[in-house]
Amino acid sequence: MMNGNKSPVIEVRHLIKNFGKVEVLMDIDFKTYPGDVICVIGSSGSGKSTLLRCINLLETPTGGDILFNGKNIMDRKTSVTDYRAKVGMVFQQFNLFNNMTVLQNCMTGQIKVLKRSKKEAEETAMKYLTQVGMDPYINAKPHQISGGQKQRVAIARALAMEPEVLLFDEPTSALDPEMVGEVLEVMRELVENGLTMIIVTHEMAFARDVSTRVVFMDKGVIAEEDTPEIIFNNPTNPRTREFLARFMHDQD
Amino acid sequence: MVIPVFLAGTDKTFWEWVVFLIQNNYMDFIKGAGRTLLIAAVGTILGCIIGFLVGIVQTIPLEPQDNIIKKIILKIVRAIMSSYVEIFRGTPMIVQAIVIYYGSLQMFGIDMTAMTAGFVVVSINTGAYMAESVRGGIDSIDVGQTEAAKAIGMTHFQTMLSIILPQALRNILPQIGNNLIINIKDTAVLNVISVNELFFTAKTLNGMYYNAFPVYFIACVVYFIMTFTCSRILRWYEKKIDGPDSYTLAGTGHTGVPVKKRPAGMTMQLMNRKYNEQRSAMR
Repeated sequence: MMNGNKSPVIEVRHLIKNFGKVEVLMDIDFKTYPGDVICVIGSSGSGKSTLLRCINLLETPTGGDILFNGKNIMDRKTSVTDYRAKVGMVFQQFNLFNNMTVLQNCMTGQIKVLKRSKKEAEETAMKYLTQVGMDPYINAKPHQISGGQKQRVAIARALAMEPEVLLFDEPTSALDPEMVGEVLEVMRELVENGLTMIIVTHEMAFARDVSTRVVFMDKGVIAEEDTPEIIFNNPTNPRTREFLARFMHDQD
Repeated sequence: MVIPVFLAGTDKTFWEWVVFLIQNNYMDFIKGAGRTLLIAAVGTILGCIIGFLVGIVQTIPLEPQDNIIKKIILKIVRAIMSSYVEIFRGTPMIVQAIVIYYGSLQMFGIDMTAMTAGFVVVSINTGAYMAESVRGGIDSIDVGQTEAAKAIGMTHFQTMLSIILPQALRNILPQIGNNLIINIKDTAVLNVISVNELFFTAKTLNGMYYNAFPVYFIACVVYFIMTFTCSRILRWYEKKIDGPDSYTLAGTGHTGVPVKKRPAGMTMQLMNRKYNEQRSAMR
């Protein structure tokens, strides 16, 4: 592996998550190195989103460990909020703060969590809003802009915290087809800038183009994990092959 | 109060009575209305504060990994708060007024004025109703808002204060207005502990002139002016919170922070088109 000599940013060890008696994640092992772009693919209900939500502790894992730069965040002594400030998240449903304008959305976390000054927060927010092309809309409220625009603001909000890792939970699944491209293009630019990302997605073309590694999940386990070339052209696991065949078929 | 030098007679028509009362006793009505407004306003504000405190405590999430002491304390506090809400919603305010006013002196030796008792009764009554409204208001906010706030590292307290409560407050503002209007009217029951509010004033004047209709008619009009004004003010305030319907497009690039620019001419429309072409190519 090309990142073999670096230490992982996020390391998931034997992660287990149960909802009641339903086992959603079974013994997940998984490493993310700096600069990695990992796309997690798989059918609905395979545990992709749950894995992502466990990584930033929106779901409490039932068992296992999650290490961030070698530090176990499941340990009671580590501050969950400090950790979350370093691991950004972009949601399927955008989840912009409805009581704030676009600019305030990107500033509040910096001021409240990172304790930045208002001026610094505004400059940083403007920097990233410009990057996602939403700087003309700083005065708009979330209900006044389109889905694609909301998601771009959500990305800027996450970037404004200057996280070490950014998690994407199906960022384009709630969008009208004509708005998917603008969000993927913004994400592509982030890849070029070298941001470490874990992306749960159904956009196979995007996953094939940008990822350094692709993780295929099936029924709560990682069924296959490899480079995009191998996953998309020559998968070893028959379940991967079946999923991709069915997925491509559904697209037509 | 002006002492009448005559007994109420039939020598005046209804409107003459109204004019007479306004000329002679306008200060009594104004003072009564003032006390009514004061009790209603203070009661609503304190009631909202109580309601928010109770509502917030009722919605603190209990995680399985929280320590046992926190769990026990929270459960006890919640039990007390639930009983408070049930008891004060479940008994008439007129009875509560008497029980609190006379009871506090007899049981605890607290000798408060009727006015103080009035503030207390209206506040805790409003608080009991508001607690449920606040809980509903908080529950109605999409869980995604909380998750987004947590995902950028906010604590439960910060999330509540800057994300959830402002939205919950906006949602329950009509109910706060409702409560204020109900309080303006319901302070009338405080006449049983002889709080000198508008209804008590009318009752006193009726006792002086033995002519109920014009006296209570004026009281009625004054009550309506107060409630109508309040409802308009609240409506205006709701609109103000919502902000303008449109937004202004800001001038671009005024931060002076160097940013990696996307290639010129790479508009969002172009990105969307590029994506669709790629998708078709994938098939």
